[in-house]
Amino acid sequence: MNLDLTSSADLARALLPELTLTAAALLVLLVAAWRHTGAGDQRIAGWTTVAGLAAAGAAVWWLWWHTARAAGAPSLIAVDDFRFVTDGLFLAAAGLTVLVSFDYLEREGLLVPEYYVLLLFATLGMMLMAGGEDLMVIFLGLELMSVAVYVLAGIDRKSGAAAEAALKYFLLGAFASGFLLYGIALVYGATGTTNLTQIATQVRSLSLERSPMLLLGLALVLVGFGFKVAAVPFHMWAPDVYDGSPTPVTGYMATAVKAAAFAVLFRVLVEAFTGVAAWKPIVWWLAVATMIAGNFIALAQRMVKRMLAYSSIAHAGYVLVAVAVGTWAASAALLVYLFAYTLVTLAAFALLAALGRDGERDVRIDDLAGLGQRRPWLAFALAVCMLSLLGFPGTLGFIGKWYILVAATMVRQTLLAAILVLTSVVSAGYYLPVIMAMYMKPAPEPSDQAHTGARLGRSAAVVVAACVLGLLVLGVRPNRLLDLARSSAVVPPASAATPATGR
Amino acid sequence: MYSHTVLTALLVWPVVGAAVVLLVPERWAKHVALAASLAEFAISVPLWWTFQPAAGMQFVLDLPWIPFWGIRYTVGVDGISLFMVLLTTFLVPLSVLGSYTYIATRERGFYALMLVLTSGMIGVFVSLDLFLFYVMWEVMLVPMYFIIGVWGGERRLYAAIKFFIYTFFGSLLMLVAILALVALIGQRSGIYSFSYTYLLTHLGGLGPAAYWLFGAFFLAFAIKVPMFPFHTWLPDAHVEAPTAGSVILAGVLLKMGTYGFLRFALPLFPAVALHPAIQTGIVALSLIGIVYGGLVAMVQPDFKKLIAYSSVAHLGFVMLGIWALTLQSVQGALLVMINHGISTGALFFLAGMLYERRHSRLIDAFGGIAKVVPLLAAALTIVSLSSIGLPATNGFVGEFLVLVGAFRTYPRAAIVAAAGVIVAAMYLLPALQRIIYNPLDNPENEKLPDLSPREIAVLVPLLACIVWIGVYPAPILRRMEPAAINLIQSVRIDAATITATR
Repeated sequence: MNLDLTSSADLARALLPELTLTAAALLVLLVAAWRHTGAGDQRIAGWTTVAGLAAAGAAVWWLWWHTARAAGAPSLIAVDDFRFVTDGLFLAAAGLTVLVSFDYLEREGLLVPEYYVLLLFATLGMMLMAGGEDLMVIFLGLELMSVAVYVLAGIDRKSGAAAEAALKYFLLGAFASGFLLYGIALVYGATGTTNLTQIATQVRSLSLERSPMLLLGLALVLVGFGFKVAAVPFHMWAPDVYDGSPTPVTGYMATAVKAAAFAVLFRVLVEAFTGVAAWKPIVWWLAVATMIAGNFIALAQRMVKRMLAYSSIAHAGYVLVAVAVGTWAASAALLVYLFAYTLVTLAAFALLAALGRDGERDVRIDDLAGLGQRRPWLAFALAVCMLSLLGFPGTLGFIGKWYILVAATMVRQTLLAAILVLTSVVSAGYYLPVIMAMYMKPAPEPSDQAHTGARLGRSAAVVVAACVLGLLVLGVRPNRLLDLARSSAVVPPASAATPATGR
Repeated sequence: MYSHTVLTALLVWPVVGAAVVLLVPERWAKHVALAASLAEFAISVPLWWTFQPAAGMQFVLDLPWIPFWGIRYTVGVDGISLFMVLLTTFLVPLSVLGSYTYIATRERGFYALMLVLTSGMIGVFVSLDLFLFYVMWEVMLVPMYFIIGVWGGERRLYAAIKFFIYTFFGSLLMLVAILALVALIGQRSGIYSFSYTYLLTHLGGLGPAAYWLFGAFFLAFAIKVPMFPFHTWLPDAHVEAPTAGSVILAGVLLKMGTYGFLRFALPLFPAVALHPAIQTGIVALSLIGIVYGGLVAMVQPDFKKLIAYSSVAHLGFVMLGIWALTLQSVQGALLVMINHGISTGALFFLAGMLYERRHSRLIDAFGGIAKVVPLLAAALTIVSLSSIGLPATNGFVGEFLVLVGAFRTYPRAAIVAAAGVIVAAMYLLPALQRIIYNPLDNPENEKLPDLSPREIAVLVPLLACIVWIGVYPAPILRRMEPAAINLIQSVRIDAATITATR
């Protein structure tokens, strides 16, 4: 299906998922304004949200199924499989987050139906951002996402930590947005366009590889995105914000927000700046610093939630390896890794939400002692999550890491691959103690009362079970997922002329 | 039918057994696990007769797995891996039977993990695809980690994580090396494949990268063996693991390292492996292992720790035999691998039986118990003598072959290693004396029960193997000889051609 984006009917088709989601968000806004007095009402808003996400997902699927492509040069919004697959990822992450949130919000006594509205707008922002073919669209999407997530971080008005997290996130996020916008302005100044493919064309035809203005703009854009993906040294906000936010929101931030930022970062670098060699060493060093710092600081954490926050920084480092490699295979690896990471992180945060009855901030790793005997299924699920985060064979986390390593060794980035695996060894030092506490340490006395409050709600249990099953099954038989990722990869314009071979 | 499915059956059956063990009531768990592991052994036994020594790789099954990455499910055995598979299936039922009273808590979990571990170990030995090999190599880490960490001794958490991280460190570097190797060969030949035979036939001219790749493989395997100076995880893991864990660890897991050298590190990088400096260096490390392991074992007050250090010495013999690279020495190394599994396995069983009686692993806690427990004392004596390498026991045949073979290429090393045999007598005989022959001065030891029928059932097969291999090793040697010759020739020829073309 070829879409002529200059005709409004085809443009509407190309934007069908976004339009559906906007309509859903407005509908949920109405629902929330109409019924907002009790837990039952909140559930109505929640299920409406799930329905809206499913509808948008169906629209994405429809476009994907008909292999929608833009006729002529893409402008404003990309119409390619990379966009559809990342959209699907964001929608799935949002849907799972909603399902996890039901019990969480009720248990914490949060009566905030606008939570779901914000979630929908944040997801909409991600879709625009990752699908944007123009730096302005990307910026608008990023802001839409960010503002909604700032509010989500502080949605628990009674919690001081949440307020601190929200404020911190907002201030630093606004600062980073400023960097990004300034960078976009400089890129526009150097090339005279904000369209990604046209930037690449301009760079080639005007030979701007060494233009100081373009390089400065690129650097500022990298800073802006580096902040969003929490790459070291722009990671300072992440632990406090992840720690203070409500746990389902943390899960959402660590997965969907990060995935969106990575998708757009990859698209911008590969499509617009493919002719500028300068970003590769910068991202290389960002990746190395992020992997090392994230893993070593996580090693020192005693609180599960903070440990997961730092571990998510470490994982950002692994994904940055794929970005630094920047090939076609790396783009497929990025998709697989983001998918794997989304599944495992959502499950892990859902489990953490179930474990912390009064304030999951205070769950120490040692508090998990004896969980293996008291709550065998919970412990099993969390153990699978930890092994998958560690990248252990038999889980999807391994497939993701393997793919990044394949992509890196293909282009002789063996040193980067070696750093990746060595820092992964370090990560065993903080993932294994969780397993160790659950299975190898006795429950605190009186042992028969330990962990009695640890209970997953029904919808959250379904989410966790689905995620864990997905991790294990796809860890052994990833073929379909790999095919999907391969066919949805972003092809750098330079190599687009040569057919992308199997590897 | 049998020849294509047997290895897959050996891989799948224990997992099925583990699932059943998890479902049955707690008190049946061990019986089900024993039945499952005996069935596993029964499946593997016909391999012994149907194996054709001259035929190379056999019982091969080759199916596509992840074609996108050139990954296939390929399994097969030759004269090198056959005995590792049989050793595994032989030791597992004994370990299960030996754990009947030792493991008192969470039995279902323990026996299920034992069975999963069996799958992982078999998988390492039969994989002919480097991806499959790597996955199996890692997968068997988790059950062992749990076996040490949940059912181990007092310092089990430390030992478990140390074991895990050491092995994980080495194997991840090996992973990068595997990928780099496949990428290098793939870029030249145009086909990216993790198939062992494909890589082996398209080697040549890796250039200086081969040294790095060999280094990564070497590290992974040397940690697993363990070679001096990578051995420090071993005493902790051995001492803290429950009896069955120690037996499997010593009997099978350590062999994965030496097997890795034989199967991957040597054939894939022959020019590097035969580089004089590297070969001499590794031989020197093996010698240090033999002597150092023996000397440290001599001063151990803890019986299990003594056995653990003796493993370092025995594995030093294996490494010497492999790197001397003559027919006798390689056959000897393979035989020492089998013998070490049997003798050291038996020693760990006996140490566990002593521990169950006295709840102490200290040698000094015993003394003069030969009068109280004559059967146990007799078994311990025979096993110790076999571990020392007394003629007419299995230990002698293996070490003798290694020494004879090594003498042709490294005469001085062979002389030092021969001294290592004496050191073995110097640590095991005094320990034996202090445990069973000294005066019976501790009243606690006067009422020890002798071997129960179950314990006899555990030990008799091991003792039978000790005598059988000691007296008549020909059937085993005959089966491994073609594979050993093939290995040596291919390594020497490849190394010669690569060096010549450079």
